[in-house]
Amino acid sequence: MRYVVPLLVAALLVLHQDDWFFGFWAEPKLVFGFLPATLLYHAGISLAAGLTWYLAVTFCWPEELDAVEPESSESEAGA
Amino acid sequence: MTQLIIVCIYLTLLLGLGLSASRLFRGTSKDYLLASHSIGPFLLLMSLFGTTMTAFALVGSTGEAFAEGVGVYGMLASSSGIIHSLCFFLIGVKLWSFGRRHGYTTQAQFFRDRLESDRLGLLLFPILVGLVIPYLLIGVIAAGATIAGVTAGTFDPGTFPASWEEGARGGVPSEIGSLVICGVVLVYVFFGGMRGTAWANAFQTVVFMVLGLVTFVVIAKQLGERETLLESLRAASAAIPEEKASRVEIGRLTFFTYLLVPLSVGMFPHLFQHWLTARSAATFKLPVVAHPLMIMVVWLPCVLMGAWAAGVPELAEIQPNLILPVMVRQAGPLLSGLLTAGILAAIMSSLDSQFLCIGTIFTTDIVLHYRRGREVSEREKVLYARLFIVAIVAITYGFSLLESRRVFTLGVWCFSGFSSLFPLVLAAVYWRRLTKAGAYASVLAAAISWAVLFWQSQFGLNPNFTVAGMMPVVVMVAASSVALVVVSLVSRPPSEATLAKFFRE
Repeated sequence: MRYVVPLLVAALLVLHQDDWFFGFWAEPKLVFGFLPATLLYHAGISLAAGLTWYLAVTFCWPEELDAVEPESSESEAGA
Repeated sequence: MTQLIIVCIYLTLLLGLGLSASRLFRGTSKDYLLASHSIGPFLLLMSLFGTTMTAFALVGSTGEAFAEGVGVYGMLASSSGIIHSLCFFLIGVKLWSFGRRHGYTTQAQFFRDRLESDRLGLLLFPILVGLVIPYLLIGVIAAGATIAGVTAGTFDPGTFPASWEEGARGGVPSEIGSLVICGVVLVYVFFGGMRGTAWANAFQTVVFMVLGLVTFVVIAKQLGERETLLESLRAASAAIPEEKASRVEIGRLTFFTYLLVPLSVGMFPHLFQHWLTARSAATFKLPVVAHPLMIMVVWLPCVLMGAWAAGVPELAEIQPNLILPVMVRQAGPLLSGLLTAGILAAIMSSLDSQFLCIGTIFTTDIVLHYRRGREVSEREKVLYARLFIVAIVAITYGFSLLESRRVFTLGVWCFSGFSSLFPLVLAAVYWRRLTKAGAYASVLAAAISWAVLFWQSQFGLNPNFTVAGMMPVVVMVAASSVALVVVSLVSRPPSEATLAKFFRE
């Protein structure tokens, strides 16, 4: 899954350009009678993004960063 | 008048919340600026979301959907759902770990250390503050416009100076509304610091999400005038002009290149500060997952309401910035007062973080960094931060009195500027070969390209300004990326000690 998640993110970015695949650009159709088709499609992209990021934090989380502790005096930082 | 009273009650409640948070203040600048790294997942989610969802998200998205159609959602909402979380995941967590390990409070501290250059901080300081000003301006303009739009007809002609009454149509002039909102936010930021800001952000995010949904339902019922909600939704949507229900009014290349605009979150100084408040790296998990979904909950109704407004002949002449407040006003005095409080909540939940952040970077990157051995007390640090905040807010308020721009357009210019600095932060975190000279070249290329293009767009007055059909952000990101890579490859790499500090296998 570690290798699948980056592919899913890339797929989301490609699918975001729906006109390349589905041709919603000039489509004024209302789905369920009130939601413009292009708006519904992009709401679907938002849901898919949530699912993809769930997979990312579950399978690709940088566990080593959970153990980070301060090393230097804060007042000296960057000075 | 009812709307005005409700807004006043809400602002008083908010002041009370900020003052309550101040009772938990531990008396140190670290607590004031970073809440002592104590923020958990829920508060982090709410403060990150509340901070990124500005006036731009409510007032701007509704107005832009009214002017350009529902494609606005794809341009910024669904793309942000992918790219904001990507930035939190790839950039935010890493920067949090550097901040935690080496005690950074600001971006300039990190870049000074990572690139072994003291003066880089000095170059970044005016650029970051300069880019935050238009971001603040969005909130200040929208707050004034919202209060004026909702209170229209409350006061008799002659109550306020004639020049103020022009656009207010008998409501509270935007000059006064903007000033009051700035004052309220200043007070709770001053007393509550980062802890107060995080609490107020969480509270206001809940308020504007709940009231945003209520607004959507109420306006749907009003426009649709049917018995059930679904029937009303259908009736309201049936009136949307065809060109607004599709994307025919948006250029294909423009839509594609909008993808670069949300990269700005990687370089927002106020988000950097919020990231550092996290208790642990794992605290980021909830914001990474929930952010796209929360964007959807806020943007979808706003964009749909803007499209509905485009189908209402009586609203045809209204300025895009005023569409949401004018629609809200039709919901009756009590409800429109509550809904206005929700809109102001969204605006203020961004202004507070930005106010606090500019104070932090001034105190940390200028006052403390150049103190030349003199001890600066905790009290002095907080005082300097507050004085600088007041100065910047005064400048921003002054700009808000000049010729008004579309909130959305101004936002996109501001975000594009921050996006043009994204190659720098990405390379600083992941590319060992990035050099000091490469960083300078990148920042200068970003600043110069932004300034030239902003000037060509008549300082934001032209809302449809593009470069060969593409968003100007493409030119800025390309210029800063090429400068960064080319100059880094031909200049001396960072020392082994610095690389060891930031790149541990």
